[in-house]
Amino acid sequence: MAFDYDKYIRPGKLPHIWCPGCGHGIIMKGLIRAMDTLNLKKEETAIVSGIGCASRLPGYIDCCTLHTAHGRAAAFATGVKMARPEMNVILVGGDGDGTAIGGNHFIHACRRNINMTYIIMNNNIYGMTGGQFSPCTPTGAKASTTPYGNPDPAFDVAKLAIGAGATFVARGTAYHANQIDKLITEAIQHKGFSVVEILDDCPTTYGRRNKFKSVIEMMNRLKDVAVPVKAAEKMSAEQLEGKILTGVLHKVERPEYTEEYAKVIERAGGKK
Amino acid sequence: MSEEKKLPRIEIIEKYCKGCHICVEFCPKKVLEMKGFVASVKDLDACIKCMQCELRCPDFAIKVHAE
Amino acid sequence: MSKKVAFMQGNEAAAHGALYAGCKFFAGYPITPSTEVAEVMSAELPKIGGKFIQMEDEIGAMAATIGGSLAGCKSLTATSGPGMSLKQENIGYACIAEVPCVIYNVMRGGPSTGMPTGPSQSDLMSARWGTHGDHATIALTPASVQETYDMMVRAFNLAEKYRMPVHVLPDEIVAHMRERIEFREQGELEVIDRTAPSVPPAEYKPYDPQFGDVPPLAAFGSGYKFHVTGLNKAADGFPTTKANLVQAEEERQIRKVMANVDDIVDFEEYKLDDADICVVAFGSTSRSARYAVNEAREKGVKVGMFRIKTFWPFPDKQIKALAGKVKAFIVPEMNLGMCSLEVERCAQGKAQILGINRVDGEPINPDQILEKMKEVK
Repeated sequence: MAFDYDKYIRPGKLPHIWCPGCGHGIIMKGLIRAMDTLNLKKEETAIVSGIGCASRLPGYIDCCTLHTAHGRAAAFATGVKMARPEMNVILVGGDGDGTAIGGNHFIHACRRNINMTYIIMNNNIYGMTGGQFSPCTPTGAKASTTPYGNPDPAFDVAKLAIGAGATFVARGTAYHANQIDKLITEAIQHKGFSVVEILDDCPTTYGRRNKFKSVIEMMNRLKDVAVPVKAAEKMSAEQLEGKILTGVLHKVERPEYTEEYAKVIERAGGKK
Repeated sequence: MSEEKKLPRIEIIEKYCKGCHICVEFCPKKVLEMKGFVASVKDLDACIKCMQCELRCPDFAIKVHAE
Repeated sequence: MSKKVAFMQGNEAAAHGALYAGCKFFAGYPITPSTEVAEVMSAELPKIGGKFIQMEDEIGAMAATIGGSLAGCKSLTATSGPGMSLKQENIGYACIAEVPCVIYNVMRGGPSTGMPTGPSQSDLMSARWGTHGDHATIALTPASVQETYDMMVRAFNLAEKYRMPVHVLPDEIVAHMRERIEFREQGELEVIDRTAPSVPPAEYKPYDPQFGDVPPLAAFGSGYKFHVTGLNKAADGFPTTKANLVQAEEERQIRKVMANVDDIVDFEEYKLDDADICVVAFGSTSRSARYAVNEAREKGVKVGMFRIKTFWPFPDKQIKALAGKVKAFIVPEMNLGMCSLEVERCAQGKAQILGINRVDGEPINPDQILEKMKEVK
């Protein structure tokens, strides 16, 4: 049966603003399927974002939604979660928003291990402002501000999250649509700060500058570079050259922040 | 067993479709085609109800109604 | 039963005032000379089931403060000049999204790192215009430890009543000096809570003008679901670029303050009835001014003081009225003329304006004010 996305979409808000072939819509559908799988109550779910194309996502979803300032999603969301730990708090945003201007908030949310899920839609570019390079733009790639090729090295978002202390880190791609909801579901179920990086495409500002002839070519690249972690175990370093691991990359247990703060309240003699 | 193959109904919401070609390209049975700027059903008989078009459509424009 | 009395700093009193007002959430970042507020809140909030969080930076602290408020908690942050500069981004967010919260900013020397332990009164314009775009501002300037406590209660009341960020701007002297303070008993001061929506969730619009210039604010997690954005928005909370809607929303946000200046603006008139000279002062400087006025009165000089308690909105009406009565305004302030400029604007050339300005980290003493009185023509 066709999946009923309308259950979580705000009436009258579609079509969305994203360009033809942009994977953000595919990821939003994955998020909605995950929310449905977990039967998340709309009134008890906050979806928080920063600025950028991906950050427009909360406007479409019929929950408590908070579209904040550039890079600040994790910080605003931390306030919401602290005030109401019983709420499901999901963050969404792009790679520039999350790892450049929001980099500090991102790593500290990972460090605190506060029970929220952060979906980073990594399309390797600042799309909304017209295609300037981001910390996730590959070295050598063309962007509107790297006309001679990008001199900067790129972040590995998943490794950054793991290094900073996130207790669940997964990676998928917009091509592997079927996997997105499963990764997000597992991330939301995980107690602690979970990061799901979804490799995405920006045909409008990245693709056309970097010799991708079509959306399909960009999608096929995602298909080609992705290697599931299990499969990678049997591959040589040579075979893994240029590949990107997908699936659940990291999962550990560590005390969760709002639960730790509940203990602080207890020690201080305060009522819960 | 003379059960007839039950065909799905593929609903394409034209006002949502942005014509990205993803559904057409990644349909394993080439059920869909582009008609002008929007996706359209070319060969419903070939549909195997794999739901890939619905799953991949970034624009919430395709619903595959199948039992 | 006798009142609880204590000897404490302005910063400590500020924290206790916030707690009296019902503050349940504090997000901050360490910065001199405001840290005592965070220290007291970290100890006191968990005792009442409230939450304290030390964020990774000032920007994050302001963001979390807004997040906490949207989730239904009365929320506070504390900072000082350089932190204030960083917070401006999200103060603007609180303005446009109309999120009640209190920003306690201890004024120290600046610009930049300036004099971290030196007093100043130079964040007045930063509070008023620091964040970009048009917006109304409410800012209070306490002059004593007791007043800092009381003004924190008032700041929360104004934030909740008008659904916006409110600044409390003590100078470093008020923030760090110790005085006797009486804790207020329950019910002694009015405590205002934001208006919750009266309509069922399906009908709720977060900026619905049919409920007046300050629409009711629901809390996340309270059964209402709605959208909050920093973009210009329509009554339903969703972004819009429709010229008429944007104009109407922006004007409403200014009007909710400017139509209520008489409720918001608080001040003290001291020995002004027959005065030829009016000293306009605020914060710790007003303490020197009071001393100088008393000294001068003993010598027969007809001088009084207008003490600003609500700096923004500026007490235009009162200063304009005084300008028709006095020969001169003397404006002592620990900056290079921010308050003077406002007084000049209100006086419209009707009275002489004499500034006393120090930015050297030293307080303005009564002698300087007494000397200045001799310059009145």
